Amino acid sequence: MNHLKRGSVAVVGAAESDLGKVAEHTSPLDLMAQATRRALDDAGLKMSDIDGLFAAVGQVRLSPLALAEYLRLKPNYFDGTIIGGSSFMAHIAHAQAAIEAGLCEVALIAYGSTQKTVSRAAAGRPEYNYYETPYKPFLPASAYAMAAARHMHEFGTTREQLAEVAVAARQWALLNPKAWEKEPLSVEQVLNARMVSYPFTVRDCCLVTDGGGAIILTSAARAKTLKKKPVYVLGTGEAIGHATISNMENFVVTAAAESGPKAFKMAGVKQSDVNMLSLYDAFTITPILFLEDLGFCPKGEGGRFVSGGNIAPGGKVAVNTSGGGLSYNHPGMYGLLVLIEAIRQVRGECDKRQVKNCDIALAHGNGGVLSSQCTVIFGSEAAL
Amino acid sequence: MDSLMEKSPLGVFIEHIKKGELAYQVCTDDNKAIFFPRVVAPKTGSTNLEWRVSKGLGTVYTTTVVCGKENAKWNVAMIDVDEGFRMMSRVEDIDPMEVKIGMRVQFRAHPGDEKQPAYPVFVPVGGAK
Repeated sequence: MNHLKRGSVAVVGAAESDLGKVAEHTSPLDLMAQATRRALDDAGLKMSDIDGLFAAVGQVRLSPLALAEYLRLKPNYFDGTIIGGSSFMAHIAHAQAAIEAGLCEVALIAYGSTQKTVSRAAAGRPEYNYYETPYKPFLPASAYAMAAARHMHEFGTTREQLAEVAVAARQWALLNPKAWEKEPLSVEQVLNARMVSYPFTVRDCCLVTDGGGAIILTSAARAKTLKKKPVYVLGTGEAIGHATISNMENFVVTAAAESGPKAFKMAGVKQSDVNMLSLYDAFTITPILFLEDLGFCPKGEGGRFVSGGNIAPGGKVAVNTSGGGLSYNHPGMYGLLVLIEAIRQVRGECDKRQVKNCDIALAHGNGGVLSSQCTVIFGSEAAL
Repeated sequence: MDSLMEKSPLGVFIEHIKKGELAYQVCTDDNKAIFFPRVVAPKTGSTNLEWRVSKGLGTVYTTTVVCGKENAKWNVAMIDVDEGFRMMSRVEDIDPMEVKIGMRVQFRAHPGDEKQPAYPVFVPVGGAK
């Protein structure tokens, strides 16, 4: 089997759209177009430079078509892979493959959601499934809650340890002016918040906000000629576990245990080389599972690993410096914003929350109900 | 292989439920239990699928309590059925918070309603605690 080449492509543009709660009648495509314009400006590229298009939007069924129509793009290569919040990590890998193969040179990856404005119910109707729907699980929360319950049972993980993830995210969010949440949060507040699906309270669950983003990727050679310092793609790994939670084989081991090793192998780096982690935190259990599955702590130790401020500002490992899906923003399929924070850390653009000498950052995306897992490892010029 | 013009895997499953039976398939190539029912066996790709009826006994693999509007609370659980397959279900006849991982449970058919065909639920073995 052939592998993609470490450092053959780089991110040259990255931007968020407006975030939080946007004006009535804003469409997901408005947000994608806005983010694209900002990402082009960030890169110093023109719209006519885009010849590869990657989009996945829950609210827009034929996403690549709709964005191409909006911007009147005629891409040579396009891909609408939609596997939930990790879609955009997959798009990075697919764009790299396309650029390496000469199918396109400048790839745009875009996402947008207005789920806050139009309500979650309107943004995506759940599909009927005879084997799950009659039991009325509150999805996706109940699926992750059952993974958390099993993790607690097998490894003695506690609700307080889950809460530590939310508290650390909030501490980072207070350093990010774009974060939705502006007030401090304590473990007690997480535990005493409204119960949603045991063991999760509402503070164990990601936010529901509007927003989107865009990333522009090109060949390493072209990247060197552009405005910003290139952020190289050192490694990628993609893995699919299941679609429905009923079909997850082992509720305490995710497919990140497959995507992670693939990405590390391609990147030729080890866990101790990584300066910062951007881990999709849909719920407080997910960073715990991913720290284990990606090899940052042994299986079962994730709860203890995140305790005592270990992943908070000033802790041993910088995780979700934006404030994450729990406290920064979570517009549906949040993976594109997971990538943007890792890119910005490698560029050194994170101001008060900047991780010192961040040459290697890992962005991990999760989709569905712990279903798809995709990992991207970024590096600066120094990491090449 | 059975024709999908005559019956579907879910259709057969529901017919069994209506008779008070929890049915599942076994791929006779590798003798593994399959759930949800399919027309082609996962992994082997075989169409040698045999329907069997479970004894209806299982163990709670994991569980949650969903908190709805107006203090409504209900259980959602994953059940490892003894014959070697796992399914989502609900453990009834017991406070949802008292459903514990490792608890032994017994299948019961829920009649459903106009919109929802009959479906499987579980109750604690030996009755409610």
